[in-house]
Amino acid sequence: MTRPATTEELELIDHGDGGGVLPPPDGGGDDGRRPWPRPEVSRRAFFTLIQLSLAAIVMFFMSLTSAYIVRKGLGGDWQATPIPRVLWLNTLLLLASSLTIELARRKHSGDAAANPLAAEARNARFSQWWTITIALGLLFLAGQLFAWRQLSAAGMFLDTNPSSSFFYVLTAAHGAHLAGGIFALFYVAFRNWKRSRITQETAADLAALYWHFMDGLWLFLFALLTVGR
Amino acid sequence: MAEHEGSGAHAHTAPTGFLWKYVFSLDHKVIGIQYYFLALFSVFVGMALSLLMRFHLVWPAAHVPLIAGGVMKPEQYLALVTMHGTIMVFMVLTTAPQSGFGNYLLPIQIGAEDMAFPVLNMLSFWTTFVSLLVILAAFFVEGGAPIAGWTSYPPLSAVGDMSGPGEGLGQTLWVIGLAIFCLASLIGALNFITTTVDLRAKGMSLMRMPLTVWAWLITAILGLLAFGVLLAACALLLLDRMAGTSFFIPGGLVFTDTVLAAHEGGSPLLWQHLFWFFGHPEVYIAILPGMGVTSHVLSNFSRKPVFGYRAMVGAMLAIGFLGFCVWGHHMFVSGMSPYSAFAFSLLTMTIGVPSAIKTFNWLGTLWGGKIQFTCAMLFALGFVSLFVTGGLSGLFLAQPTLDLYFHDTFFVVAHFHFVMGVAAIFGIFAATYFWYPKMFGRMLNETVGKVHFWLTFIGVYCIFMPMHFLGMVGRPRRYADLTGVNFLGPLHSVEFFISIAAIFTIAAQFIFLFNFLYCLKWGKKAESNPWHGTTLEWSIPSPPPFDNFAGRHVQVYRGAYEFSVPGEAQDFIPQDLAPEKVGKAN
Amino acid sequence: MKKPRMDGRAREKGSTAAAAMLALLIVAITAITVYIFVAKIWWFPPSITDEGHQFDAQFFRTLLITGIIFVAAQLGLALVIFRSRDRGQRVHYFEGHNGMEILWTTATLILFVGLGIYAEKAWAEVHFIGAEPGALPIEVTGQQFAWNFRYAGPDGVFGRTRPDLVSASTGNAVGVDPTDPAGKDDIISPGEIAVPAGREVDLVIKSLDVTHSFFVRELRLKQDAVPGMTIHLHFTANTPGTYEIACAELCGLGHYKMRATMIVMNEPDFEKWLQQQEAANQ
Repeated sequence: MTRPATTEELELIDHGDGGGVLPPPDGGGDDGRRPWPRPEVSRRAFFTLIQLSLAAIVMFFMSLTSAYIVRKGLGGDWQATPIPRVLWLNTLLLLASSLTIELARRKHSGDAAANPLAAEARNARFSQWWTITIALGLLFLAGQLFAWRQLSAAGMFLDTNPSSSFFYVLTAAHGAHLAGGIFALFYVAFRNWKRSRITQETAADLAALYWHFMDGLWLFLFALLTVGR
Repeated sequence: MAEHEGSGAHAHTAPTGFLWKYVFSLDHKVIGIQYYFLALFSVFVGMALSLLMRFHLVWPAAHVPLIAGGVMKPEQYLALVTMHGTIMVFMVLTTAPQSGFGNYLLPIQIGAEDMAFPVLNMLSFWTTFVSLLVILAAFFVEGGAPIAGWTSYPPLSAVGDMSGPGEGLGQTLWVIGLAIFCLASLIGALNFITTTVDLRAKGMSLMRMPLTVWAWLITAILGLLAFGVLLAACALLLLDRMAGTSFFIPGGLVFTDTVLAAHEGGSPLLWQHLFWFFGHPEVYIAILPGMGVTSHVLSNFSRKPVFGYRAMVGAMLAIGFLGFCVWGHHMFVSGMSPYSAFAFSLLTMTIGVPSAIKTFNWLGTLWGGKIQFTCAMLFALGFVSLFVTGGLSGLFLAQPTLDLYFHDTFFVVAHFHFVMGVAAIFGIFAATYFWYPKMFGRMLNETVGKVHFWLTFIGVYCIFMPMHFLGMVGRPRRYADLTGVNFLGPLHSVEFFISIAAIFTIAAQFIFLFNFLYCLKWGKKAESNPWHGTTLEWSIPSPPPFDNFAGRHVQVYRGAYEFSVPGEAQDFIPQDLAPEKVGKAN
Repeated sequence: MKKPRMDGRAREKGSTAAAAMLALLIVAITAITVYIFVAKIWWFPPSITDEGHQFDAQFFRTLLITGIIFVAAQLGLALVIFRSRDRGQRVHYFEGHNGMEILWTTATLILFVGLGIYAEKAWAEVHFIGAEPGALPIEVTGQQFAWNFRYAGPDGVFGRTRPDLVSASTGNAVGVDPTDPAGKDDIISPGEIAVPAGREVDLVIKSLDVTHSFFVRELRLKQDAVPGMTIHLHFTANTPGTYEIACAELCGLGHYKMRATMIVMNEPDFEKWLQQQEAANQ
């Protein structure tokens, strides 16, 4: 069942490559095989969803941060945790991944009908950079685990002192959220977007927004753990 | 502002299969009803717990059913206190008004065919369900349910069962269950806000939204920002309990002459700050939807617009915002800085102002109207009376000088029960009597409902008004037994009166339950607009088709409260009635 | 339910009964509540300090204001309910009144904030200022489920305590360190605190295990005893007598029986009492 492409409900985001976003021809989700049709929702609504999620995540990390500051200020048993050097490398990896995710998402094809061959090439480049981003993300997580190994080898565990507790808690919390982001990257790559209300390009944009935020959050936490220790 | 054009010009096919239709339904209406039934179950559990509590207080030596061994032990009493508070606050007051009615009605009232993200909606319900199971599981593990109150202050709640029975696995399950609830609430809030921002029908500007929608929106924003804080607090508490960290546990604690060496340097106050930073917005989450419903119902059955619609919106926004600035008023005697206590006190007094504005405006809505005393209206009127009473006792507690006496006495219990345990509940009842026809296609029996109202309204005043006097005499909270302190002796008659009133009032709720369940099958069939309301839910059948508007483009032409407009023959104008059609019938 | 007729001229049968019942009920509730407050049927015990009297004055002020608002709002509600019941009358259509909104917003703001600012004086006297230099220090230690009190003795200095020395069985309830000379003259009184009338006392409040709360009604004072913190609370009790101390923060299964006694006595009686405690400590 087709429906007229009512583009006025979708905000066009200018990517500089003329990429308007049209809903898939079958109306998005209304193909009878799904157990339920979903309401048409603008691209902007999905961005609202991600932004609101980020607001909630900010509150979560702000709570941990304020707990950190309060606990540190209580004095006594706070002993600055030595920062494993691999964290610097991990930071670079994450920054690089933000770069590669941008490279990926700006290469997405947009209007496939107009020029199929160029679109295919662009899609290939998108997949390449997207894969590199996923790899960098996984490397970051591996690096974090490695940092944990280093710390525990040095005798600093979760319960050693409050500073080490926060180190593990903050890196674990960030790592968990980043793992969710990696899952999202896989999802963007492998889900069948024809049966969704949004295109893969929109999904990639949403995932990238989340990913950049995780990067920025890591920079903040890293600063807290190094400068603020 | 993207005003969505509404659903396309075609109807969707209905879902098939029992699982998809009723269990994992993506339909916001089914999900709303699921939440409602979860809350209905939980409120009867919560009432049962409080009944056992009141029973034990006045007949401490009596054998109590369900208690192993017969006579209730102090830790069992405290477990009841803890679980009563937890279940009522989270599974009833945070669930029914917002996730129950909000889920059902918000999309319809803004002209949408569903929530923006139906899968997330379904997930948020089932996550809530799981959290309820985990919390209830605490009753059945060794040591029983936790005894640290719904506020769960460390170190009592952080050191495991050396601080008391129930503080072992029971407390751990409680913390985990609560953390799961946080996730569920966050997911729900995302949906509510995005839907309201993005899926409003054409013509449904912000200032034409019903006040119920405003209330659900603001409540969702509060939830979005507050539950992350509780989640962080729960995570840290769990680590203190299980991983040997010391976020909240100071050093050198001694339990039965044994030093607890594994922890040091933590701050019990840190938990309180985190918990109450969440906890105060939480109570506004509990009451705001009820305020929206009250405005809505008062207007409908006075056949008059809401008095001061813009002021009402502004007041709810102010309450929501200020709600984040006052958490320290729970901590005046905690050892917190007395200077910040001063600041919190002034802010708390200020938050009384928008509440007063709403009360004035409710009276203004009624004044000059034509009041029809349906059950929904009775409960809405009751809400106003109860909210006035409960709000005013807050003025005492907001002053640290007075709080030095009243903190942790029954004066506080009176205050929060009036605003939450009764006013908010009356909001739920008003909403139930009002929207039951729409939700289930049947009318509730109004006569039976009126009996329910009178008994409940009298009953709650009898239960909770005397608690102010208990507080003035100095009766502390969470006392498992009234014989341990001498000055409580003369209060026995008051406690007895309260317990009897509680028994009667709880019994009266079974009248409601009977009415509710009976009419599901045998109630009179409901038409689409039995109350002659103006908002969009009354323009569709009762119950609505699964996509609400059956593919129709919804267009809104006016505000939500056009009752008794001068010069019109009909005493209400639906929001979506085209201008050329107004006044032409009759 | 009868459907209202569209032309607004129908009379809703039965609404007078409902309106009257509800209005009368609200009036009755208001009247009974006011009566119980005014008649002081259940009331505070008399206060025994100057700050306590300030509390009473502020309570009365707040009660008066909230009482007036309570009566006005509830009676107003009752009146409106009755007067605006459906009698087939025409509805006055109005959507609001900006003037009134501004008026009652401003009035409420001034009233509430003013009340709050007025209340701060008593709070400041309790908490912004510490005890006078010559105040008598008494250490208050809460534990599951008892209160222990320690006097510093003639040297005026509390001896060091160590958690590992806490031993109820040997009478060292607060863990006084025997190696500290300052602790030699410390006097420990389990469950009973004596306070000289008319002299300022500086309570040093601690906890051994979980959070408790020291509460004496006649002092109009309450202070949480937080483990890991030492919190001061000062007062001057004027009226001799025996007063109960109740724990006011949930601390476990014995929370309800964690009581102690405070005795306010004249100076000579107090000295005698101290000597008796000293003897008992030996």
